[in-house]
Amino acid sequence: MAVPQQTAEPASAAAEASRRPRRRRSFGGRNLAFWYFVGPFLLGLLIFTYIPVGWSTYLSFFDARNTVTPAAEDFVGFDNFVTMFSDANFRRSLITFTVFSAIIVPLTFAGSLGLALAVNKVPIMQAFFRSVFFLPFACSYVVASLVWKMSIFTGVRYGMVNTVLGWFGIESIPWLFGNSPPWFWLVIATLRLWIQCGFYMILFIAALQQIPVHLYEAAYVDGAKPGWQTFWHITLPQLRATSVAVLMLVLIQAYQAFDEFYNLLPNNGNVPYARTPLIYLYNTALGTVQDMGRGSAGALILALLIAIVTLLQGKILGFGKPEGR
Amino acid sequence: MVSTQKRLKRAVYKPGESTPAARWFNFAGLCLLAVVFLIPFYLIVRNALATTQDITSPGWMWFPTDIQWGAIPELFNNPMVPMARSVWNSTVVAVLTTIGTLFLCTTAGYGLARIPNRHADKVFYAILATLMVPSAITFVPSFVMVSSLGWVSDLRGLIIPTLFNGFVAFLCRQYFLSFPKELEEAARVDGLGYWGAFWRIVIPNSKGFLAAIAVITFVTSWNSFLWPLVIGRSPDSWTVQVALSTFLTAQTVNLPQLFLAAAVAILPLIFVFLFLQRFLVQGVAQTGLKG
Repeated sequence: MAVPQQTAEPASAAAEASRRPRRRRSFGGRNLAFWYFVGPFLLGLLIFTYIPVGWSTYLSFFDARNTVTPAAEDFVGFDNFVTMFSDANFRRSLITFTVFSAIIVPLTFAGSLGLALAVNKVPIMQAFFRSVFFLPFACSYVVASLVWKMSIFTGVRYGMVNTVLGWFGIESIPWLFGNSPPWFWLVIATLRLWIQCGFYMILFIAALQQIPVHLYEAAYVDGAKPGWQTFWHITLPQLRATSVAVLMLVLIQAYQAFDEFYNLLPNNGNVPYARTPLIYLYNTALGTVQDMGRGSAGALILALLIAIVTLLQGKILGFGKPEGR
Repeated sequence: MVSTQKRLKRAVYKPGESTPAARWFNFAGLCLLAVVFLIPFYLIVRNALATTQDITSPGWMWFPTDIQWGAIPELFNNPMVPMARSVWNSTVVAVLTTIGTLFLCTTAGYGLARIPNRHADKVFYAILATLMVPSAITFVPSFVMVSSLGWVSDLRGLIIPTLFNGFVAFLCRQYFLSFPKELEEAARVDGLGYWGAFWRIVIPNSKGFLAAIAVITFVTSWNSFLWPLVIGRSPDSWTVQVALSTFLTAQTVNLPQLFLAAAVAILPLIFVFLFLQRFLVQGVAQTGLKG
């Protein structure tokens, strides 16, 4: 592997260093080394993160439809931001996210912790169970949506769930069709639970195995009943850091929900009753009209919201503090 | 006294001891859940090998008696979905993304962890700041950049912007901070520079960590959808996920072919899960400990 090309600044620093007495040379070499290790990454971060964000901020003050280089007279000030906030669809997308996370965050937390506790306790076939529950993580949301939409929750009689319901004499349910299908949250939530519970279970198992056995021994000697009492007073407090991390990750993932809504719901997820923030943004910025101005404004608002939520949650839950292990 | 001893011994042997009945209940529950978790995989296989009539018949068919292998060449010759091309694209994207991410993030992480520099803190904070906002939300700015570089519908647009992953660089820095310094110092005494020590000593001794990061990067890249959808405007540049999604939302669908396409899309990852699960689990445990 060749040494990556360097920017002008470190190279000239090295040239300067070579003219100096020997003792300074090692500093120059070290300085150069730092930049050829870190430089390529930093350059990429600049080009593909910092400049785009700056550019996008610039675009958000312009009427930039189907262009990324608007003319000066297209400057509109804060109009794009005002339009975003006054757009009922945008506010509704935030409500959709709130409902979705209210369903998915507690269920994922309980599900993955429950799986971890059960798998951690089972005396035989532990590796098998762990693998099976983790396997859905190999499925993309697109593949899972395909199975959910075309086989499990197919709205007609041959769908799997409708077949089972038929055995009990229950009418077929049109899971995903119609103007506001009553059961679509069940379809969407089970899909995400199936994919991500095993993933977070792995995290919980790793944390469970870190809990010192002597804590349980001491509790046992003190007469604590195994089961609920030890779980509540030992296991859960010991899992605090992992629990906080899991809650936060699940919430951030829910905020970015896109794939399954796009693939499961009619009209590629662009439906009033369940349009997630990213679906909304996708259709604003890359729909029939590529409105880069409003799209950029929307991206900035969403980015700012998630940054605030991340910081607040970190503050409230004490994220990042060393764990009391 | 004796009873305490006995209790202690039991406690040491199995903390949180439960009754045999509770253990059987736990085991049975797990077996049932395992079956439920495997249902979608069963459905993919069943539907991929059946005929449309089999799938849509009113009675539930557990498994097709007459397996339709012919659907495989039909799928790859179907003009509606560029299956072979999209599998190739996904492979190229996932492999190059993994190699590139690994190269860029390990070097950056090592530099930040090991080479003293007065700008190191500033660089580190510039990386940390990008972790505040998930990359999915900044797809509009990224698209602006990629379209002005002319990389829309181009594999470069799919790969290059995703390589500079702040979180992976952060993980690498944390890992190299805990790498034993003595090993590198010995190498430096032997006359190797930072670059030599990195490639000859540090990298060969970090295979487990690198494999974990590589596997998780590969899986994430293979399964990603939003960014390939944004960039893949023409069918030539579709990844397998985008092709599958287009196939799924088409007006008329051929059910067996659709599920066969799904099987093709997950097959590489099933192999990863079967043979590299150790690294994957390790990778999840590492990447999950964000912060």
